[in-house]
Amino acid sequence: MNGFDHRFYDALAKLPDYLGSHVLVSVTALALGLAFSLPLALVATRWPLLRNLILGLASIVQTIPGLALLALFYPLLLALSVLTEKIFGVGFSALGFLPSVLALALYSMLPVLRNTVTGILNIDPAVREATLGVGMTGGQALTMVELPLARPIIMAGVRTAAVWVIGTATLATPVGQTSLGNYIFTGLQTQNWVFVIFGCIASAVLALAVDQLLALIESGFGAHKRRHIAIGSAGIAFITVAAVWPSLVRPAATYVIGAKTFTEQYILEALIEQRLQAEGLSSRRRDGLGSVVIFNALATGDIDVYVEYSGTLWSNQLQHTETKPREEVLATIKQWLGDKYKITMLGNLGFENAYALAMSRKRAEARGIRSIENLARYASQLSIAGDYEFFERPEWKVTVAAYGLKFREEKLIQPEFMYQAAAAGEVDVISAYTSEGRVKQYDLIILDDPKRTIPPYDAVLLVAPKRAGDDRLVAALKPLLGAIDVDLMREANLRANGNGPASSPEEIARWMWGEIEKKRAR
Amino acid sequence: MSHNHNAIELQDVTKAYGEKVKALDRVSLQVGTGEFLAIVGPSGSGKTTLLRLINRLAEPTSGTIRVDGADISDAEPIGLRRRIGYVFQGIGLFPHMTVAENIAITPLLIGWNDKKRAARVEQLLRLVRLDPANYRNRFPAALSGGERQRVGVARALAAKPKIVLMDEPFGALDALNRDALGRNYRELHEKLELTTVMITHDLTEAALLADRIVVIHQGHLIEEGAPRDLMTAPKHTYVRELVETPRSQAMRLAALLKGDTSR
Repeated sequence: MNGFDHRFYDALAKLPDYLGSHVLVSVTALALGLAFSLPLALVATRWPLLRNLILGLASIVQTIPGLALLALFYPLLLALSVLTEKIFGVGFSALGFLPSVLALALYSMLPVLRNTVTGILNIDPAVREATLGVGMTGGQALTMVELPLARPIIMAGVRTAAVWVIGTATLATPVGQTSLGNYIFTGLQTQNWVFVIFGCIASAVLALAVDQLLALIESGFGAHKRRHIAIGSAGIAFITVAAVWPSLVRPAATYVIGAKTFTEQYILEALIEQRLQAEGLSSRRRDGLGSVVIFNALATGDIDVYVEYSGTLWSNQLQHTETKPREEVLATIKQWLGDKYKITMLGNLGFENAYALAMSRKRAEARGIRSIENLARYASQLSIAGDYEFFERPEWKVTVAAYGLKFREEKLIQPEFMYQAAAAGEVDVISAYTSEGRVKQYDLIILDDPKRTIPPYDAVLLVAPKRAGDDRLVAALKPLLGAIDVDLMREANLRANGNGPASSPEEIARWMWGEIEKKRAR
Repeated sequence: MSHNHNAIELQDVTKAYGEKVKALDRVSLQVGTGEFLAIVGPSGSGKTTLLRLINRLAEPTSGTIRVDGADISDAEPIGLRRRIGYVFQGIGLFPHMTVAENIAITPLLIGWNDKKRAARVEQLLRLVRLDPANYRNRFPAALSGGERQRVGVARALAAKPKIVLMDEPFGALDALNRDALGRNYRELHEKLELTTVMITHDLTEAALLADRIVVIHQGHLIEEGAPRDLMTAPKHTYVRELVETPRSQAMRLAALLKGDTSR
C-alpha cells in the first residue's frame, strides 16, 4: 500500500464520525436559523423601521469572518456557563456543539431574512389588497397568498444559507466541534494533503447535494409536482439520518482526550487512546483545540485528559513573568491546579517541548551568533517567524525586554513550515520547539538563553476534576510518566513528516509504545 | 330595518390624511337596496377612498357609515368584507391559484365544503360566460385581460353577497370587451338582485349602466341624479365639462356617419 492509498483509507475510516458531526451541527444550526429568521422577516415586512435595523444587524454579522464568529461564541458561552453555574448551580458545555450551532445559525440568517423580506414586499400591491378585499385575516393572507408567492425567493435564500452553513461548519473544529474541518485542520498541521483535499471535497459534495435537493423541492412546489417535493425531502432526511445514525448506535465513549493543534499533540493523543484501550476503556478524541480553549475544556470537564506544557501554564494561567527552575515550576503548578481547579497533574512525561529561538547554522555562524544575547546586536537586520501565539505570550515580552530585541520584521507562520523556512533563508530566526525533530533535520541551532527568560516546558499529563479519583484511568496513564525522553519525542515528530503508512499518529504512537516497553525491559 | 331601505348610508363622512389633506370632506350619500350607483370623478377626487371606507379597508376620520342599517364601526371588518363583493381596479387575482381556486376563495374562508364550492364555481363561470371545463383549472397568467376581469367579478360574487363594490372594473379593457362585460354585469345585477356601487371616470359607461350617478370632485360630492337628469341639466361647472365631452363626441360621430366633414 503506498502513502496515498494509506492516507485515503485512513480518511475514509474517519468519514462516518466527521460527516455525522458535520451534518448534525449544520442541520441544527440551519433549523435554528430558520426558526428565528423567518418570523423575524415576517415582522420586518410589517415594520419598515425594524426592517432596516434587522437587515443592518444581519449584514454586520455577515461581515465578521466565520472563524472569528465561532471563536467569539466560546468565551461568551463560557462566561454564561459560569454565571448559570453560580445562579442555578448548573453549568453547560461551552465547547463544541453549542457555540458552533449558535454562530452558524447567526451566519445563516442574512440570506433568509433578506430574501423573505424581498419576496413578500415584491408581491403585486393589487394582490395584497385583494387578500383583504376577499376577507382574509392577516394570518390567512400570509399562509394562503404571501408565503406561497414569495416561496421561490425564500427558498433561494434557504439554499444560500444551507451552502454557507455547511461550508462554514468546517471552521467549527478549533472550538471543539468535530466536523469535516477536522480533515482540513489535521491535514494542515501534519502536512497530510490527502486529508485536506478529502475534507474540502467532502464538504463541497455535501453542500452541493443539499443545495440540489432543496432545488428539487422548490421545483416541485413551482410545478405542482408532489413527487419532486417527496424525493427532495426524503433525500435530505436520508442524508441526515444516514450521517447521524453511526454516532447514535456507537456505544458512547467514556473518556474524551484533547489535543492542541500540532503534530506532537496528535501523536500523544493517539498514544493515550491506545493506553486507555489496552486498559479496556473507551475513548473519543477532540483535537485541534487552542491553548486556552483546551485548558478551560479540561477545567469544565468537556475533556478528561490532555498533555500540557508547564511553561504554558506558568505564563498563561499563573501569569508569572519570572522564570524558576524546572522542579519548582512543576511543584508550583501542581499545587495551583489542584487548589484552584481541582485538576490533577498526574506527572511529567519526561521531555520538554520548550520554545527556543533557532537559526540556520550557516547564518548563525557567519555572524558568530550563539545566544539570544549575541542575537540582539543583529536583530534589527533580521526577521523572525513564530507560531500563532508566540508573539502574544508573556515570556516573549519578557525576552524582548531583557535582551533588548527589536527585529526588522515579525511574521506568523504555521509551525510545521517554519523549520523549512529558516533552512531556506526565508526567515532568519524562528520560535522553534525543542522536541521538534526538524531542528536537527534542517541543521538549525538553538540559541542559548543565558538570562533564562523562557520558562521550562515539561510535558505534563492533566486529568479533569471529575476524574480525580479514577483509578483505572490513572493505571492506564501511569506507564507513560517519565517514559518519553526528548530524543524519543523528536524521533516520533520526525516520523510524522513521512508519507508512508508509518507516518500516521496512530502508527507512530504504536511504535513509541514499543520503544517504551523495550526500554523498560532493559 | 323596516324604516330603512338603504343598503348603504354615509353620513357626514370625512377622511383626512394628516392635518391638511382631506380625501373626503363631509360626504353624505345613500344607496338604496337593489340600486346600481355609479361614482364618477377625476383621479385623486377621493372616489376610491369612498369605496374603501364601505368595507373598512380604510377608516373614516369622522362621520358614520351604515351597511344594511347597522353602523359598520361596530362590525368586525373581516366578516364585513366577506359579506361584500369587491372588484378591484388591478383585479388582483392570486397568481398561484387556479381560476376555480380564485373564485372559491371567500366561500373557502367562510367554511363551505368542497362540493358546494365546486358547484358554485361552475355556476359563476357560466354566469360570467366562461366555459367551466375550459377555464376551471387555468392559472391567471393563461387568461386574457377580459377573461381575468370576468373571473374577478365571479370571485366577488362567490359568497353570494347582496352588495358589490367595483373600482373601475372594466378600465383596463378594450372598448368591445368593456361594453360586453358591462352589459353582462348589469344583467347579473338584476338577476341576483344586487346593490352595486361602481367607480368609473367614464361618464358614458356610468350613464349606460347605472340607475344613478354621483359626481365627486376634490373630496366633495358636487352633484347627483339619474343619468338622464345629470346629462341634460348639469349644474356644477365641472359636471358641465364632463357632460359636454361625450355629447360633443356623440354629435361629431353622428355627423361623421351622415357624411358631414366639418368636424
